[in-house]
Amino acid sequence: MKIVKLKKENLFPFLEEISKEADLWAPTKVESDRHKFQAIDDLDQIDIEYTRTILPPRKIILPPTINMFQASDKEYKEDFSHVSKKIIFGIHPCDLHGLLIMDNFFTHEFYDPYYMESRKNTLLLGHSCWPDENCLCKSTRTHIIKEGYDLFFSKIDDTYIVWIGSSKGDDLIRAKEDLFEEDISDKDIKKYTEWGDERDKAFQTEINFDSLRDLMELKYDDPLWKKVGNACLACGSCTNVCPTCNCYNIQDRPVLGENYSEIKRCWDACTLENYSEVAGGENFREKRSDRLKLWYTHKFQVYITEYGKPGCVGCGRCISTCPVDINVKTVGKSLDGEKVDSFWNRLDKEVTK
Amino acid sequence: MKNENKVSTYENPFLPEPARIVRTYHLTEDVKFFQVRIADMEKALSFKYKIGQFAMISVLGAGEAPFSISSTPSRPGLLEFCIRKTGIVTEAIFRLKENDMIGIRGPYGNGFPVEQMRGNDILITMGGLGAAPLRSVLLYCLDNRDQFGRVILLHGAKKPSEMLLREEFLSLKQRQDLECHLSVDKDDTGNWTENTGVVTTLFPKIENLVPSSTYALVCGPPVMYKFVLKELLKLNIPKDQILMTLERRMKCGVGKCGHCAIDYIYTCLDGPVFTYWDVIHMRELI
Ligand SMILES: Cc1cc2nc3c(=O)[nH]c(=O)nc-3n(C[C@H](O)[C@H](O)[C@H](O)COP(=O)(O)OP(=O)(O)OC[C@H]3O[C@@H](n4cnc5c(N)ncnc54)[C@H](O)[C@@H]3O)c2cc1C
Ligand code: SF4
Ligand code: SF4
Ligand code: FES
Repeated sequence: MKIVKLKKENLFPFLEEISKEADLWAPTKVESDRHKFQAIDDLDQIDIEYTRTILPPRKIILPPTINMFQASDKEYKEDFSHVSKKIIFGIHPCDLHGLLIMDNFFTHEFYDPYYMESRKNTLLLGHSCWPDENCLCKSTRTHIIKEGYDLFFSKIDDTYIVWIGSSKGDDLIRAKEDLFEEDISDKDIKKYTEWGDERDKAFQTEINFDSLRDLMELKYDDPLWKKVGNACLACGSCTNVCPTCNCYNIQDRPVLGENYSEIKRCWDACTLENYSEVAGGENFREKRSDRLKLWYTHKFQVYITEYGKPGCVGCGRCISTCPVDINVKTVGKSLDGEKVDSFWNRLDKEVTK
Repeated sequence: MKNENKVSTYENPFLPEPARIVRTYHLTEDVKFFQVRIADMEKALSFKYKIGQFAMISVLGAGEAPFSISSTPSRPGLLEFCIRKTGIVTEAIFRLKENDMIGIRGPYGNGFPVEQMRGNDILITMGGLGAAPLRSVLLYCLDNRDQFGRVILLHGAKKPSEMLLREEFLSLKQRQDLECHLSVDKDDTGNWTENTGVVTTLFPKIENLVPSSTYALVCGPPVMYKFVLKELLKLNIPKDQILMTLERRMKCGVGKCGHCAIDYIYTCLDGPVFTYWDVIHMRELI
C-alpha cells in the first residue's frame, strides 16, 4: 500500500482543494458530546475529535427518504437525484466496515442501483479514533481496516500518516501533491506502532462474538427474551442508528394536481410494530421479543454464517441510543451468562404486556 | 484488481414493466381473476418464470404487492393472477377494468423444484387462495403430462360459491390422466355433485400411493396446513418431498428491503416454496 505523510496544518488546505470537485461531508458537533455527519460549507464546522456520530455515514449514501422513480400511466422515470459526487471525511474503521457490509449486501444476488450508484460517486476518507466504554469494535475485529477506503488518515501528534487505499484516493493526493511528504521515518513508524498498542489497551468492553452465534440458537427460548421484549418500546431507534441495518419500505405517493406518483423508498425498522404484518391482519412477529430476536439474529448469527463476520461492527450506537438499555452489549453479555439484566427485570414487574 | 464491470449497465430491478389487463372477472365474491400482458411484445414473450414464482404488481397511486403467478410457463405471453381484495393495493386492482394498465416486475422467488419433481407422482392439495400458485403447477403438469407420473388434485372450499376456479377444475374431471377430487365443507346449493366434507376427507380416495416417489404440494389457509400435513405424514411422504408456499410481507422481492426475513433467509429469494423439513427445522417459518 502507498503511504504518505501530511502535516496537521496542511489538512484544511487539502480538504479545501478536494471539496471543489465534490460535496464534502464530515463530523460536526451538534451539542455537548453529540456529533453528526453534515455537508460542510465552512471547514471550521468540522470537529474531528469525535467518538461516534448519531447516525452512521450510510445516511449520506442512502438518505432516509429518496425518490426511486416517477410513475405515470405511460412510463416510469427513474430518479437518481440523491446521487451526486461526495467525499466523506472522518469515517472511523467501524463505520468503514459497516459500509463494506452494505456494499456486499446491496450487490448480493440483485444489484441495487439506488445504493450502488450513490456509493460509487462517494469517496471515503477514513480517520483514526480512540475508543470509549461503548466501543466494541475490537471484539468484532473491526477496529482496524485494510480495505474499503480511498484514503485513511492516522493522526499521530501533529502529523497524519495517510494510507492510500484506491486509485481515486491517489488522484486526490495528486491534486495537491506538494502538501504531502513521501518519506515516513523510523521515528514515525515507532510513534505509530506505540499509538496502536496504547489504543489496543484502551478498549474497555469485550464481548465474545464467537460464542454468540451458537448461543443465539441454544438460547432461542430463553426467558431473557421475554424480559427484553417487555422492556422494548418498539421505537426503532436501534435500527436507525445501526450502520449495518438496511431495511426499507416503498411508498406510492400521488403528486397533487399531477397525473403521476412518486415512488419513495424510506428507511424502515424491523423493531417496529407492523413490520411483518400481512394481509388479513396476521402478524408474524406481533411480540416485541420476536422482533428483537430477528434483530439480534441478524447481528450475532446470520452474517457470521454467511460472511464469517458478525453483522455488528461494534460502533456502540445502539448502546448510547436505546432508551431502555437494550443493546448488543447488554443482550450479548446476558446471553453469555453474565448478570446484567437487572434493569429489564425491574421493567418486567412494572410493565405488563 | 477488483471486477467492477457491472458498472453502468445495471438493470434497475425496482422498475416495473407497464402491462395491460386483457381479461378480468370475479372468481368468488372477493377474489378476481386477472389476465395481463406486458405491453412490450418482446418482453411479454421473453418473461421467463418457473411454477410457484411470484410477481410484484403495482397500481398507480396505490402501491405494490406480491402475487403468485397462476398461469403456466408452458403457455407464454399472458400472465394470470387470482387476487383477493384485502387492502389498499388489492382494492385498487379490483377497480381496474379490461385495458387498464398496471405495473409488473419479476418473476421472483425460488419456485417449485420442477427438475426434482419430474418422473414422480404429484399430489396437489389446495384450499382458498392456495389455488393461485398451485394452479400454475397443475397446468404445467398437464401440459407436460409425459414428464410426470400420477397427477392428483385435492381441492377444498367452505361452500361451492367459494371454490376458486370451480368450473375450470370441474371440467378437468373429464381428463383420464388426472385424478381430480373436489370437496366443500357444506353444500348450500343442493346441486353439488362432488364430495362434501373438509379437504382431508378426500385422502382416502387416493389409492396405492407410493410415498417415496411422490411430491406433495400444499397451499392454503393456515388451518388447512395443520390437518393436511398430518395426513401427508400418515401416508409416509418424506418430509423433504412435502412442498408448501408461505406468505410473508414483501416490499422489494429482491432481498433488499428486509421485510420477508426469517432467521437467515429471505422468503423472496429462498422462498416462498419450502419443504416441510425446512419448516420444522427453521424457526419462525410457521
Ligand atoms: C409470495 C406471495 C404470494 C402471494 N400471492 C397472492 C395471490 O396469488 N393472490 C392474493 O390475493 N394474494 C397473494 N399474496 C398476498 C398479497 O400480497 C397481499 O394480500 C397484499 O399484499 C395485500 O396488499 P393490500 O395493499 O391490498 O393490503 P394493505 O392495504 O397493504 O394491507 C392489508 C394487509 O396486508 C398487509 N400487507 C401489506 N403489504 C403486504 C405485502 N407486501 N405482503 C403481504 N401482506 C402485506 C398489511 O400489513 C395489512 O395487514 C401473496 C403474498 C406473497 C408474499
Ligand atoms: S449492533 Fe449496535 S454496536 Fe453493533 S453495529 Fe449496530 S449499532 Fe453498532
Ligand atoms: S431495543 Fe431499544 S432502541 Fe431498539 S426499538 Fe426497542 S426500545 Fe427502541
Ligand atoms: S421482499 Fe424485500 S427482502 Fe424479501
